[in-house]
Amino acid sequence: MASFWEYANPRKFMATSAFLLPWTAGIAALCLVTGLVWGFFFTPDDFRQGSTVKIIYVHVPSAIMAVNAWMMMLVASLIWVIRRHHVSALAAKAAAPVGLVFTVIALATGALWGQPMWGTWWEWDPRLTSFLILFLFYLGYIALWEAIDNPDSAADLTAVLCLVGSVFAIISRYALVFWNQGLHQGATLSLDAEQNIADVFWYPLVIALAGFGFLFLALVLYRTQTEIRARRLKALIAQERMA
Amino acid sequence: MIGLLTRDLTLAIRAGGGFGLSLAFFLIFTTLVPFGVGPQTAILSDIAPGILWLGALLACLLSLDRIFQLDWEDGTLDLVATSPVPLEGLAAMKALAHWITTGLPLVVISPALGVLLNLEPPAYPWLVASLALGTPALSAIGTFGAALTVGVKRGGLLVSLLVLPLYIPTLIFGALCVTRGAAGQDALTPLIMMGGITMGSLAILPFAAAAALRVNLR
Amino acid sequence: MGNGRRVTKAPPLRATGATRLPLGAALGYLRGMNLRVTDLACARGPAQILAGVSFAVAPGQALILRGANGAGKTTLLRTLAGLTPPLAGRIEADPEAIAYAAHADGLKAALSVAENLAFWARVFGRTTTQSAIEAFNLAPLLDRRAGEMSAGQKRRLSLARLLVTGRPVWCLDEPTVSLDAENVARFAAAVRAHLADGGSAVIATHIDLGLPDAETLDITPFVAKVIRADDPFAEGLA
Repeated sequence: MASFWEYANPRKFMATSAFLLPWTAGIAALCLVTGLVWGFFFTPDDFRQGSTVKIIYVHVPSAIMAVNAWMMMLVASLIWVIRRHHVSALAAKAAAPVGLVFTVIALATGALWGQPMWGTWWEWDPRLTSFLILFLFYLGYIALWEAIDNPDSAADLTAVLCLVGSVFAIISRYALVFWNQGLHQGATLSLDAEQNIADVFWYPLVIALAGFGFLFLALVLYRTQTEIRARRLKALIAQERMA
Repeated sequence: MIGLLTRDLTLAIRAGGGFGLSLAFFLIFTTLVPFGVGPQTAILSDIAPGILWLGALLACLLSLDRIFQLDWEDGTLDLVATSPVPLEGLAAMKALAHWITTGLPLVVISPALGVLLNLEPPAYPWLVASLALGTPALSAIGTFGAALTVGVKRGGLLVSLLVLPLYIPTLIFGALCVTRGAAGQDALTPLIMMGGITMGSLAILPFAAAAALRVNLR
Repeated sequence: MGNGRRVTKAPPLRATGATRLPLGAALGYLRGMNLRVTDLACARGPAQILAGVSFAVAPGQALILRGANGAGKTTLLRTLAGLTPPLAGRIEADPEAIAYAAHADGLKAALSVAENLAFWARVFGRTTTQSAIEAFNLAPLLDRRAGEMSAGQKRRLSLARLLVTGRPVWCLDEPTVSLDAENVARFAAAVRAHLADGGSAVIATHIDLGLPDAETLDITPFVAKVIRADDPFAEGLA
């Protein structure tokens, strides 16, 4: 059994991801189509929320993935800082715009859902606000990557920003609860709740969630491949200049 | 390390703008608010805690990109990095110098600006206490942001983008403390929480800033 | 990899006539040298610049670095100063031994000459700046602000900083830029005094400073401009 860290080699990663990419993309498409079609057309309307509840199949998975993408960036940044694996740094870079888009989707679908339910597009509720802050963190992280020429320095500095940002994001989360008690319903999915939501909504939601997860994986694999190719190109150009 | 601090303070006094600029900004910002929201004292008095905190925060932001930039451009940063002074100490001293030239004057002048905005009388001690306890965190976080972007040309805007989200918890607890003070509610809890953030920032961020400086210098 | 010939220049070892020995030399790992560099490879950004550089500098000895513009003298000096991590090889020196002077003067325009020197003295934990002021004839300028001085005067002040550091190994990058003949002589005298005191110097310069026992190291044979070997994205390129 090869060591996990071998995949940190760009060549090895390219080969493995080329194999994995069609599968993850395929599973993502399958789960998304199944989950969303099932959720949108074959579940009953909620007795209180009516058909608007169906936005849950996009809203909740994208919100969960928006947070998970940051977590993944945090882990990848730590791997870069500790073990200096370049692919890990590039994976963090690749995940940031994906996480940003998931955050925007979560915010937008939340606004669309909030309008009929709460009568307002936007509310300075802790949960909503923390996603807005997450959005700002993604923006800053991406901007720092773009601003620095030397890719290794950029990887180091964004990793430090990601670590410090994570701490402050968590502090912000609790500060917000202190700041405003909020109007958002409790967590849709929670491990310690006895029953989260009714089974009829639950199964398609889990499938949609898996779909978003695999979609994230596929996009990150694809974007990491692109980043690796860009770095390879950069090395080739530098080589050309030096010769 | 004290030498670094006294030099930065001397430079701030000599070069002008060090002490005055952020104070002037704070004053102008506060003056502009009534033009934006109207002169009704009831409204002003309601929003005064938030406005004062926001003004102090933006005034701190104004001078962040100069913390390391000048030393970077004239080569001083390279030389300090090869000296016995650890970069962690440099970052801590830079944050302290920034606080003395920016944060401290804001704390001192804030009651006067509170009068302009018709701040409720019981809120004044809380305003001064929360700014005195919170602005060091703003300087420490800002120094970290400045260290990240020291190699970036025209990094001022980038610093704002990186630093402002990190300012959120401090702003929340600071403004909340003053708001509660004005309403005669328990203002000590947010003050203590903000103190915790300040202590944590002061303890950890000089190390993060030094790490960023090391990357930028190599 | 690296097309640089691995030339090891072994300068004559001078026995311990030195008055001040760095800690490392006292412990023996430097074997009587102030600075020993073994098989060093330096990088600037994504590119390796030099490979296979080896030399040693004894107390009382100066090493003159030569090489065309852009060959990598600055990169080598920054690596020696500990600013840029080396790609390969070893730099043996007492960690607190090296005083670095770059192209940039590192002066504050708003501070006077005396204040600039006093600042660096404090940073390096020293109390006196008198020898530095005398060596570069700065006494008439003490109250002038650095911003009001000519480029040559600033350079003198910047070089005087080296004496203030009290460190034994000077790593200097084109120290004589904008100095007139009189002040070049003054600088050379300061270096000679430093060497006589058991110090060492590594100087990238194109002019002859007339230093005793100065070795010259032409870095041209060590120039090895390729993609750095630790860049996994350059696999098969170098």
